[in-house]
Amino acid sequence: MTLLGKLTLQAIPLNEPLPLFSGLAVVIIALAVVAWVIAKGYLPYLWREWITSVDHKRIGVMYCILAGVMLLRGFIDAIMMRTQQAMAYDAPGFLPPSHFDQVFSAHGTIMIFFVAMPFVIGLMNVVVPLQLGVRDVAFPTLNSVSFWLTAAGALLVNLSLVVGEFDKMGWLPYPPLSELAYSPGVGVDYYCWSLQISGIGTLMTGINFVTTILKLRAPGMHYTRMPMFCWTALASNLLIVAAFPVLTATLAMLLLDRYVGFHFFTDTGGGNSMMFMNLIWAWGHPEVYILALPAFGIYSEVVSTFSNKPLFGYRSMIYATMAICIISFMVWLHHFFTMGAGADVNSIFGIASMIIAVPTGVKIFNWLFTMYGGSVRFNTPMLWAIGFIVTFAIGGMTGVLLAVPPADFQLHNSLFLVAHFHNVIIGAVLFGVFAGYMYWFPKAFGFTLDERLGKWAFWLWLIGFWVAWGPGYVVGLEGMTRRLQHYDVAEWRPWLILAEVGVGIILLGILAQIAQIVVSVRTRDRRRDVTGDPWDGRNLEWSTASPPPPFNFAVLPDVTDQEPYWDMKARAREIGQLTRPEPEYEPIHMPRNSPTGFVTAFLATVTGFALIWHIWWLVLLGLVGAYATFVVFAWRDHDEELIPVEEVARLDRANRAARSAALHHRLLRRETQRETPE
Amino acid sequence: MIVVALLVLGELSGCGRAQLQPAGPISDAERKILLDSVVIMLAIVVPTILATLGVAWWYRGSNSRARRQPDFVYSGRVELIVWSIPALVITFLGGIAWIGSHDLDPARPLPSKAAPLDIQVVSLDWKWLFIYPKLGIASVNRLVVPAGVPLRLRLTSASVWNAFWIPQLGSILYCMNGMAGTLYLEADRPGVYRGESAMISGDGFADMHFDTDAVPQHEFDAWAASTRSAGPALDDAAYRVLLQQSVPAHPYTYGSVRSGLFADIVMQRLPPGDGPRDSAPGVHPVALP
Repeated sequence: MTLLGKLTLQAIPLNEPLPLFSGLAVVIIALAVVAWVIAKGYLPYLWREWITSVDHKRIGVMYCILAGVMLLRGFIDAIMMRTQQAMAYDAPGFLPPSHFDQVFSAHGTIMIFFVAMPFVIGLMNVVVPLQLGVRDVAFPTLNSVSFWLTAAGALLVNLSLVVGEFDKMGWLPYPPLSELAYSPGVGVDYYCWSLQISGIGTLMTGINFVTTILKLRAPGMHYTRMPMFCWTALASNLLIVAAFPVLTATLAMLLLDRYVGFHFFTDTGGGNSMMFMNLIWAWGHPEVYILALPAFGIYSEVVSTFSNKPLFGYRSMIYATMAICIISFMVWLHHFFTMGAGADVNSIFGIASMIIAVPTGVKIFNWLFTMYGGSVRFNTPMLWAIGFIVTFAIGGMTGVLLAVPPADFQLHNSLFLVAHFHNVIIGAVLFGVFAGYMYWFPKAFGFTLDERLGKWAFWLWLIGFWVAWGPGYVVGLEGMTRRLQHYDVAEWRPWLILAEVGVGIILLGILAQIAQIVVSVRTRDRRRDVTGDPWDGRNLEWSTASPPPPFNFAVLPDVTDQEPYWDMKARAREIGQLTRPEPEYEPIHMPRNSPTGFVTAFLATVTGFALIWHIWWLVLLGLVGAYATFVVFAWRDHDEELIPVEEVARLDRANRAARSAALHHRLLRRETQRETPE
Repeated sequence: MIVVALLVLGELSGCGRAQLQPAGPISDAERKILLDSVVIMLAIVVPTILATLGVAWWYRGSNSRARRQPDFVYSGRVELIVWSIPALVITFLGGIAWIGSHDLDPARPLPSKAAPLDIQVVSLDWKWLFIYPKLGIASVNRLVVPAGVPLRLRLTSASVWNAFWIPQLGSILYCMNGMAGTLYLEADRPGVYRGESAMISGDGFADMHFDTDAVPQHEFDAWAASTRSAGPALDDAAYRVLLQQSVPAHPYTYGSVRSGLFADIVMQRLPPGDGPRDSAPGVHPVALP
């Protein structure tokens, strides 16, 4: 046994310029950022206020930043794939198969696990406790551990770019191709250990949020008064708690096959690869709804706020959400109708899949009726919501089409299928988190984002998506399967070139989003959200300052209605002053910052890396270190910080003054409007 | 709407290579189900999209003619409609799915006066082996079949998964090691139909495609006779060469096949391919016999 296990200099792709230079560029940029942070003396601030923070808002923001950075990485992969397929008609293109295969695998893995998931979880982190009217999640330090484990997984996936290789069989490594015999390299191991580490983080997030939503709500916030986003977050986290252990167990079995010669999925020695397919999709299909449901929740918030109306059919929406939550566990077989199960099995799972379209359709109609009779404002979040309804109606339709087994027999694994899931993942999940990001950004940072660039980004993304993936439907119907490194069918080529153009348009959309951040930060003094309620919102997150104080609410709100904040505002307008007199302030205990999450994740990364390369002494060291961290954390003496009453009063009074001024301004404006005839 | 436009364009642009230009009863029936389902769903999707855009625009804040109803948050009648419209559509489509799944079950024999032709399909890294057990011949990367005769395909894999697919004939089915699946297909008319693998199988995956030559019966008989009189024998030694990872430069045939070869592959009496080796020829085309 050597000191470094399987790790040698050959692991660094010195003879392949493309991955080497792109990898080096990433390393250099990362080092440059670290150097800049240290040189500027920001490190203590970052450590104190962010890295060790257990504040749900800070953790949520870090999740979103992770998602944004990983979106860029995954998008670079997308550009490479589209370019390869645009070039590779009867030609090798610029990516050899072994590299192309890693690119599409990394793209899928990163976009699902390290873009969509952290973005959704990040928004839940920022918003759910505020909407529930509470001061933090149930387990704040665990929340920090969750985030840092997710970041550790992302780091390992990206490390595979420079040291070794990534998995080459797509975002789900089907055996027997992923077994040691056919994939002797470290690619599958990178995949498995990254997802084992981040998967534990996600599972803990699920437990944390289920507990928070079930057990911590402001006084009077009954289940049927919770904002729709909290309901969808509850459904999503219930799915996480139920589904992620399946993923962990499945990958553990694959790892046992690869590391110690088990035969769970080998097709020889009594194993069966079909079992992996079933297990991975028993997690994989609920995963789709783990992402989609919170996005539906965001649309519910956005459509209601920007239509100046409460959500239409609130209870109906709850039923629809919970129906989707449950049925999503009963449809996994539709991912492999072509495996040869009998007609009864196929059609039962096909019909179960279609049934999900019923509550989903109900949601769309309810958003429509929310706008009906409202007063619609076309701010950027609302544009994303409307763009979503149009795009998703089509994506949902192609989804139902794929749920018809005999149609799927001709579409399975074709570009039609790939176009379908991009249609729903981009059209529903990504548009949703973008809407949520625009909508809640002022809450997290205290200033709004630039609307003009936001609208540019929306239109470029919307058009870019259709130009990129409309052709996918067409070539899918022309018999093109996914993951082709080259092809010899002339009819496909014009469509693939068109798709490349679409990716270019999306690139412009992403540049507009980056420009939007830069411009908005530079002009932040002009775009301050003084009152904490920039959109005339309806739920409790808008009833506190932007950004909210560490304790969120000086006094926990008293909820008497389904839209507590709207209710408060309406009464304030009636009586001409804030509804509640200044409360009796008290000092507030908040959980103390802790480096536990960061240290645990560092050790998890080390352990994961050591496992991938079979460096057993380092594995042991990492595990012992992680256990020691846990012991140190468990033995801590004081875990709370006291925020003095003066501080609480100062922050709350400032916000009350701003709100009072805004209220009077509004009432005054109404008076003048009434006096001037129309 | 965009998709409909693209579908139309796609149909016009394809010249004989797609699922929408069926050349057999299975693909024809599947195309019908596909298009029927799309039309049924468009009947509700298109109005929904138009209504969304229309309502959003009409109720824009600046429209003084719009009647505002800020308290319109529940209506039993609307609820009934929004639950029942999708439910009815799905009931209808569910019926289509149930009947279609049974009619088009891949293992269901095709009604025909002609006796089905048996073909054993083995996916290898990275080539297709087609064995004609009754004729005692085999072909690599070219499937020759008589038009108008049902084909009874038995599918397996000699290593990793692949998915056998001839879009113009219909139904994808997985090829998996240690298992054999049954798939009935038929070509109505002579022609060359592209076949491919619809499941990633490693570095040579993109080359896992083949031509299906559907020819009149007498031409097929002539091809079988000429194949039998020429070409090497497919015995265990030849099979072991075939099992190594490689991409054949051209399709070729075997004049004879060791009897029971397919069963031995399925029952793993012949072990599965052992994956990449250091000296593996990789994905570069190699000349096999």
